[in-house]
Amino acid sequence: MKFPISFILGFFLSLIFLVITIISFFWVPHDVETLNIANRLKEPSFENLLGTDHFGRDIFSMIMIGGQTSLSVALIAVSLGLILGVPLGLISASLRGSLIDDIIMRGNDLIFAFPSLVIAILITAVFGPSALNAIIAIGIFNIPVFARVTRGAAISIWTLDFISSARIAGKGSFRISLEHILPNILNLLIVQGSIQFSLGILAEAGLSYVGLGVQPPAPSWGRMLADSQTMISFAPNLALFPGITIILAVLGLNLLGDGTRDLIDPRLQDKIK
Amino acid sequence: MFSYFFSRLKVLIFSLFFASIIIFFMIEIIPGDPASFMLGINAEPDTINALKKELGLDVSALERYYNWITGMFIGDFGVSYTYRVPVSELVMARIGVSIPLALYAILLSTLIAIPIGIISASNHGSFKDWSFMGFTQLGIAIPNFWFAMVLVLIFSIYLKWFSAGGIPGWDEGFFINLKALTLPAFALALPQASILARIMRSALIETLSQDYFRTARASGLTFFQAVKKHAFRNALIPVLTIIGLQFSFLIAGAIIIENVFFLPGIGRLIFQGIVQRDLIVVESLVMLLVFSVIIVNFLVDMAYLYVDPRLRVKK
Repeated sequence: MKFPISFILGFFLSLIFLVITIISFFWVPHDVETLNIANRLKEPSFENLLGTDHFGRDIFSMIMIGGQTSLSVALIAVSLGLILGVPLGLISASLRGSLIDDIIMRGNDLIFAFPSLVIAILITAVFGPSALNAIIAIGIFNIPVFARVTRGAAISIWTLDFISSARIAGKGSFRISLEHILPNILNLLIVQGSIQFSLGILAEAGLSYVGLGVQPPAPSWGRMLADSQTMISFAPNLALFPGITIILAVLGLNLLGDGTRDLIDPRLQDKIK
Repeated sequence: MFSYFFSRLKVLIFSLFFASIIIFFMIEIIPGDPASFMLGINAEPDTINALKKELGLDVSALERYYNWITGMFIGDFGVSYTYRVPVSELVMARIGVSIPLALYAILLSTLIAIPIGIISASNHGSFKDWSFMGFTQLGIAIPNFWFAMVLVLIFSIYLKWFSAGGIPGWDEGFFINLKALTLPAFALALPQASILARIMRSALIETLSQDYFRTARASGLTFFQAVKKHAFRNALIPVLTIIGLQFSFLIAGAIIIENVFFLPGIGRLIFQGIVQRDLIVVESLVMLLVFSVIIVNFLVDMAYLYVDPRLRVKK
């Protein structure tokens, strides 16, 4: 089997992103909690790989720790979407055409009308800003995405012969969904999951940037960008490095998702060979 | 055709109704009432009650919901707690920034995406296609607010071609405002254009491999005539779907971009509303945004009628 370039590139970018974030739990080059004003706005050097910010904190270390926020918010939000969305999609597909199917799909359309930022605004207006609210806002938006993908894929599997065989063997809709439908759409869910994961990272950065996400002093890529905005004319690297980090992380996950799809889609298999 | 129209209309009304209920109850569960918040902790109970009556807060939740919804129908969005002016006045003052920005961004993204999609699809697998798709991958991965900051850094700070933010106002002339909205619109359009170009490309590749396209070519049409006459319109169906879905992302993006460029639009008004706990402003604006997303998706559904004649046939 030959791997598509997008898969290889995406896999390595995502791996680097993951490894750096895991390392940051145990070790970072510089402490980011103590301020060192004398050392502020330093250019990138061997001591501070990406320079320092207006408080003298090491940007590289902050980006490493910011990865924890992005990773955890996006991961929990995607899990939320998977845990709630996939069963809804499976139920919808097994009861297609029924009232319940209609209710689930209309409910999905309804949630789609609320952009995740608008959900976040509503939640923030009620409970105040926090990382948890960012997770809920991004997670809620993920539910209809997974429900739709699951339903669409599951419906096409329901028409296949081996499902009829399972029916004749006496299996109910619940067992068929769990034992036959789910394993067959798992690939698709993994692909969608990696794409939603990257969207989650973008959304978290956006929410933190406007102050609706993670609160200081917890470092976050979005907040680093917000802080850097007023200094962009004299310290552009403060804005450039966190931005490039976000791009590489999102790019990596998207390429990984696309590459995996190319890898598992039999229609594209010939072209890869 | 009419059954299609009415089924979509049913979805529209259903969505608006439930969206309004969700928003109303989200705002309802907030602790503390706005009247005491506005008057401060030393206010007399009589004064608070008088203000509650003035703001229409002295009636039951059901009545308040009814008043809010019926008010919206006639353009009465309630009175802002902090500004003490009707919310509709605040909206009217800012919509002149937000709507032109959104239209400008949609126009830009379509103008960028469709040619890229067509060129990539017709050179499928070539270096041209490969590099265009590389760029669109990058475009999807770039956070639009960061792109906005980079645009400001390049075009405002180094090159000094555009101002870094703000808008002069439409009395000052059309082009000066258009210029002020150019950087924000580009920042908003980049991710949209990237996604749209990819969808356009894959939809076109699909139609280019169809038999009717080969027949059109065999009957003597040039490649671009055949694309224009047969392939483009068929590829438009998935593209329309995506434009509809993207509108919700556009709204979210516009809220952030307005803040980057200090544009006095709806997005900034919402944030001021949150900071000042002006809940009626937040409530009505969120409803307005959700309303616009639902309406745009309804219009997209209607546009299918134009693009796809099969839907016009009576079922």
